Amino acid sequence: MGDSMTTHTRMTRTRPWTQPSSHWLALRTLSIATFAAIVAAFSLVFFYAPLDADQGFIQKIFYLHVPLGIVALVGFIVAGIHAVRHLRSGDPVHDARSYVSIHISVIFGVAVLVTGSIWARASWGKWWVWDEPTLVSFLIVFLLYATYYPLRYAIEDRDRQARYASVFAIMAGAFVPLNFIAVRLAETLLHPRVFATAEGGMPGSMWLTFLVSLFGIALLWVTLVGFELAAKDASAQLARLRRALQPRPAAGSGRRSSAPATVSAMRKSNARLAGKSRGPRGPE
Amino acid sequence: MTTSTKRDPGVAEARATQAERPPAIRLAGLWREYGERVALEDVSLELAWGESLVVIGPNGSGKTTLLRVLATLLRPSGGEVGVLGARLPREAWRVRGRIGYVGHEPLLYRDLTVAENLRFHARLHGLEAPDARIAELLERVGMARRRGEVVGNLSAGMAQRVAVCRAVLHEPELMLLDEPLAHLDPEASALVDPVIGRAAGRTRVTVTHDFRAGLTEGGHALALGHGGTVAYAGPASGLSLDDAEAIYRGAPG
Amino acid sequence: MRAFTAILAKDLRVELRTLQSVPAMVLFAVSAFVLFRFGLDRTSLDGSLAAGVLLATVLFAAILAVNRVFVAERDQGGFDAIRLAPVDATALFAAKAAALVVYLVVLEAVTVPVFAIFFLDDWAALLPLALVLLLADLGLAATGALISSLATGSRARDLIVPLVLLPLLVPLMIAAAGAAEPLLAAGGPSYDRVATWLGVLGLYDVIFLLIGYGVFDFVLED
Repeated sequence: MGDSMTTHTRMTRTRPWTQPSSHWLALRTLSIATFAAIVAAFSLVFFYAPLDADQGFIQKIFYLHVPLGIVALVGFIVAGIHAVRHLRSGDPVHDARSYVSIHISVIFGVAVLVTGSIWARASWGKWWVWDEPTLVSFLIVFLLYATYYPLRYAIEDRDRQARYASVFAIMAGAFVPLNFIAVRLAETLLHPRVFATAEGGMPGSMWLTFLVSLFGIALLWVTLVGFELAAKDASAQLARLRRALQPRPAAGSGRRSSAPATVSAMRKSNARLAGKSRGPRGPE
Repeated sequence: MTTSTKRDPGVAEARATQAERPPAIRLAGLWREYGERVALEDVSLELAWGESLVVIGPNGSGKTTLLRVLATLLRPSGGEVGVLGARLPREAWRVRGRIGYVGHEPLLYRDLTVAENLRFHARLHGLEAPDARIAELLERVGMARRRGEVVGNLSAGMAQRVAVCRAVLHEPELMLLDEPLAHLDPEASALVDPVIGRAAGRTRVTVTHDFRAGLTEGGHALALGHGGTVAYAGPASGLSLDDAEAIYRGAPG
Repeated sequence: MRAFTAILAKDLRVELRTLQSVPAMVLFAVSAFVLFRFGLDRTSLDGSLAAGVLLATVLFAAILAVNRVFVAERDQGGFDAIRLAPVDATALFAAKAAALVVYLVVLEAVTVPVFAIFFLDDWAALLPLALVLLLADLGLAATGALISSLATGSRARDLIVPLVLLPLLVPLMIAAAGAAEPLLAAGGPSYDRVATWLGVLGLYDVIFLLIGYGVFDFVLED
């Protein structure tokens, strides 16, 4: 029987969870662009967009609420696409992207629900309304994605955890449009009422403000995802370095070694095997 | 002697064509990790058809992991794995149904009878009219009278014997045995051995704690140390019992 | 196909012998009806209340079966046995989903008459209601089998299933209730918009059956 003693070390074998982040420059540019877009959006909201006759100033929260919702939902679907790529390629990079996409979208989701509640209070006097189908369907989506974390952390094996998380992200991604259809249909069929929602009949100035706001929030999402991915990559590299520097435990200590094989240990093993093929020797 | 429902390549035939065939098992640099723990590190070996390999090592040295990788139940984290001419994990589908696996669990449903379990496995493997073969196998391991008993009522040794039947039911080309004689008293072991042991003539890999018996059987030996490192790989005759004991005591690789 | 029938037959045989899931589901449903009677302080239900009580009860009872659908595979090494055989992972998914449908149909065959006896004044709509329930069962089975398979690999198995499954089932509930409500209306069954909701139900079923078909290979591998 042949045996091949290779000398590659643990560090080259371990797959990185994210891509090496040589993208610090890109992140910095992105942050500046985001900051600029958000400042522009805020200026437009406060100084340019028309004041709503009925709801007053608080109506302007719409420019925050709706873009946050749209970006979060798109983020969930993007996470599903990353999950598909992860399953097909097995590359943990896609799993990281899927995980972070969901993470940021869930945080945006909390903001959507809070701003939605504030808007409901301002428009209809109640802290929650069931006849705003977009808000309701968002609540359901949020409840679903909130279960992503307990599901992930209940699975110990990391490979399986990533795979099952991807399966979940695909199911949930398909769920988002289906859920929206069902909730919307329920509203229009069961409670036919015409809403003067902001989507219909918006004047040009509102459209412009809305679009700039949407652009800024979308950039914010991308930037936050980029930062979190870079942070995860950095801590993964740190963990790898720590493991590489850990010395192997002493002989006969009985402890299961999780440290990578050092080259010197491999040389010793090489020598023993070479000795073995020449005939049995006494125990080392 | 045996009633076959599929063609069974005899040992002589296997040896005759050995020169042209790729090895039954070929590992090159196989490694497997669980998160940060390394279960197998850089395992390389070749096993020709009809030969047997015994795998020894202390607890936690990755013996079961190795067997499960060969059985296509685990994906290798890296390295090359070739089983019965198929590259794993990509071509695992070509290998399923040609392997017989006896693991730590008997892989039997506790609420079904012995016969129902075996018939279920026969159907999974696409065997037609398996009843005769099932009856014959049960007879050989001494479990024929208990064919109508629910597996949950069997002792561990009896379940193990039924598990052996399950493993050879579809006449596999390669046997992967993880401590197959565990739970078996000497009488039961004697019944089981002709079915899966040396006399059966199949290519096989056996994991055993009884390294004395394993090494004296002949064939090849693979000794794994802590962390799944290879402490010895070669003919069983080349590993002395003293060295094998040292490996068990945890001398570092 | 042969693996599908083998696994389905095995599951049904085990269930018949051990009676683990179905009796518990039935008892749970009937107790739930009693709870609802007192919780809502109603002795007769119609329209949206009837649809809601019936469907919510079926959904929660289904979770009992979904929790257990892979337990034999996980605890008794069944996953290994099936993976060692030359069978497709999707056969396992289809068989488990089919088993769930069978359990749910049996559940409904017993509890819908009980529900009618307890709460309904007019039984005319029971047959079309059965169709609604059957379509809902398909969706329940597909998502239930998928989520249960994800949960079997985890530590908090029994908690994960209800936690993840309930939000996932909301569109199914909306559609099923939307179809059942006019059928159970106070003045007699109406078929207003029932077809639309049945369409949404069918869409839900198709989507999740397809997803299960596509991803189950990845659930089984290790």
